[in-house]
Amino acid sequence: MRVLLVDDEVEYVSTLAERLSFRGIDAIWVSSAMDALERIRQERFDIAVLDVKMPKMGGIELKQIIEKIHPDMKFIYLTGHGSEHDYQKGVTDGVSYLIKPVNLDKLMSTMNQAMINGGS
Amino acid sequence: MSIVEKLKPVFLEYPATGEGRYKYTFNYRKIWQMVIMLTAAVTLIPLIIITCIDYNVTQRSIESEISLRARRTASNTKRAISFFLSERKAALDFIIHDNARKALTDMDRLSTILKNLQAGFGGFMDIGVINDHGIQVAYSGTHNLGGKDYSDQAWFNKVVARGVYISEVFLGFRNKPHLVIAVKSQLDQGAFYVLRATIDTDQFNEILSSLELNGKGDVFLINRNQVIQTPSRHHGDVLSLVDIPVPEYSDRTRVKVFQDQKMEQYVVGYAYIPDTDFILMIVKQKAALMKSWYATRSNLIGFLLISITVILGVIVFVTTYLVNQMFFSDRKRAKAMHRIEYDNKLATVGRLAAGVAHEINNPLAIINEKAGLIKDIFVFREKYSADDKLMGLVDSVISSVARCGTITKRLLNFARHMDESFQVVEIGTVIREVLGFLGKEAEYRSIEISVEVPNSFPKIECDRGKLQQVLLNIVNNAFFAIESEGKLSIQVKQRDEKYLTVTISDSGCGIPEKELELIFEPFFTKKSDQGGTGLGLSITYQLVEEAGGCIKVKSEVGVGTSFIVNLPFKPKPRKEANTCESF
Repeated sequence: MRVLLVDDEVEYVSTLAERLSFRGIDAIWVSSAMDALERIRQERFDIAVLDVKMPKMGGIELKQIIEKIHPDMKFIYLTGHGSEHDYQKGVTDGVSYLIKPVNLDKLMSTMNQAMINGGS
Repeated sequence: MSIVEKLKPVFLEYPATGEGRYKYTFNYRKIWQMVIMLTAAVTLIPLIIITCIDYNVTQRSIESEISLRARRTASNTKRAISFFLSERKAALDFIIHDNARKALTDMDRLSTILKNLQAGFGGFMDIGVINDHGIQVAYSGTHNLGGKDYSDQAWFNKVVARGVYISEVFLGFRNKPHLVIAVKSQLDQGAFYVLRATIDTDQFNEILSSLELNGKGDVFLINRNQVIQTPSRHHGDVLSLVDIPVPEYSDRTRVKVFQDQKMEQYVVGYAYIPDTDFILMIVKQKAALMKSWYATRSNLIGFLLISITVILGVIVFVTTYLVNQMFFSDRKRAKAMHRIEYDNKLATVGRLAAGVAHEINNPLAIINEKAGLIKDIFVFREKYSADDKLMGLVDSVISSVARCGTITKRLLNFARHMDESFQVVEIGTVIREVLGFLGKEAEYRSIEISVEVPNSFPKIECDRGKLQQVLLNIVNNAFFAIESEGKLSIQVKQRDEKYLTVTISDSGCGIPEKELELIFEPFFTKKSDQGGTGLGLSITYQLVEEAGGCIKVKSEVGVGTSFIVNLPFKPKPRKEANTCESF
């Protein structure tokens, strides 16, 4: 399972990637939407964990763009901003929504769930 | 709202001016008084003035009518009396001219003349001839008065001087009221004689008594010494003094108003009868004459009083109604203003909390992951995995972060309520969320909190934020009431198909009975020294009402207070009446 982690908090996202790799998950991290798009064009990923609020482009917008490039990709939102509005949007898109700080086991089970359900 | 409530000046129950920023826009008492006074003045003063003018004009016209009528009667009667007397005087004149002196001293002739006079005029009692020495030389009549000397009597001198004399009424030795008419006949060389006749007053009285007079009227003659000459109905006997003063002399008929000793007023029409001492008096009781006026007057005054009452009533009613409406809308406005203020404050606090939570969440997530990584390294490299102490430390860091995470999530959840939307919520969850913030405080103050929610309690549809606010306000109040060591219990029950009941009871100090009515009033607070605005419960009340529920309070001083909140499972359409009264 190849995972792309997108979050503007480098310290956070890098550590998360490292921890996932301990558990046998191939996790690549980038710290902005632009970097993520660049990476997407070069490589294939099964699932993307997106921060909802990032400078310039947020996770929701990013998801819409990635979906056009790779319609099969699955998504999970991860955010420190527990806004109801975004949450509702996440649910209607059929995307799981996790709030930081997140338990790593929970994140992994959500990812597995997304893979099984096909993300929708 | 019943009519009585509409009429009740509600604003009088409140202080004339509020304090500080809760001041009312207007001083309603003053407005109310001013409007009533001004409106009453501009409507009632003209009414009263017009009524007074009408009163005076009518009274004066009635008085002048009365006076005119009295004068006319007096004048007519005066003419009748003068005519009566001059007729008799003329008769005596005729006798003098028709008979030589000698013939008159003839007793037979004189008694024939008397008989003729009695037959022709009536009322003649006797007739006599008196010579220039005052001696009655001939007499015919019921008494034997021949030879009587009148020379020293006043009337004789008067007749000598004036030629004619009409006496006052007197009893004389006949003991019957009568009067005397004497006519002087001039002879040659200064000699003269006097023809004297006595007339009884019956005919005289008849003229007067035949007059029909209204207003307890009375007509009689008096002399200039106030002595009654002819019978009077109400003012004394013949030859006694009349109770009315002698009116001043006038050659014409006049009308005057007199007052007797009993303060009763009389309208007196009077006339001095020429060539006599008689004064004709037509006396009417003013009160009796004015009777019809008094009826009109009481109608007028009654109408005025009724009008004043009705006008005042309408003014007071309308003013009270309008000022009440003003007062209510002003209060509503003040309430709304403070609601907005409160909401803004709350929103600010919410945003601040959310901001803080966001900001903390990110570093918290980093700590979480870093600690996780440390643990991972320990676990996966197996170098330190056996070191329980190290693992324990890392676990403690991770669990502390998890605790912080719970707090920030809670804060974020709480701050979310700004969106006005209905959600399906579990009441138990909401209660625990609210209590989550107060858990530590409860622990410090030894407050035992128990929450009872039945298993698989139906979910409710409501505005989560508002529900939180309602519960938080009530729980905060309960915490305030319990100083330390006490119990707070929250019970949720299904009331019926439509409603659930949340009972929040504390074992605090309780609320005195007279304050119970006031606690939902805006700005009522006992915590002003601790930053209370007095808005918490009033907003709670409003929120519950808006949700279609109702809130009640039971309290006993020293025992505790229970707030009972009834809420519908589903929000009600706005139009539907609130069924709070049914609880």
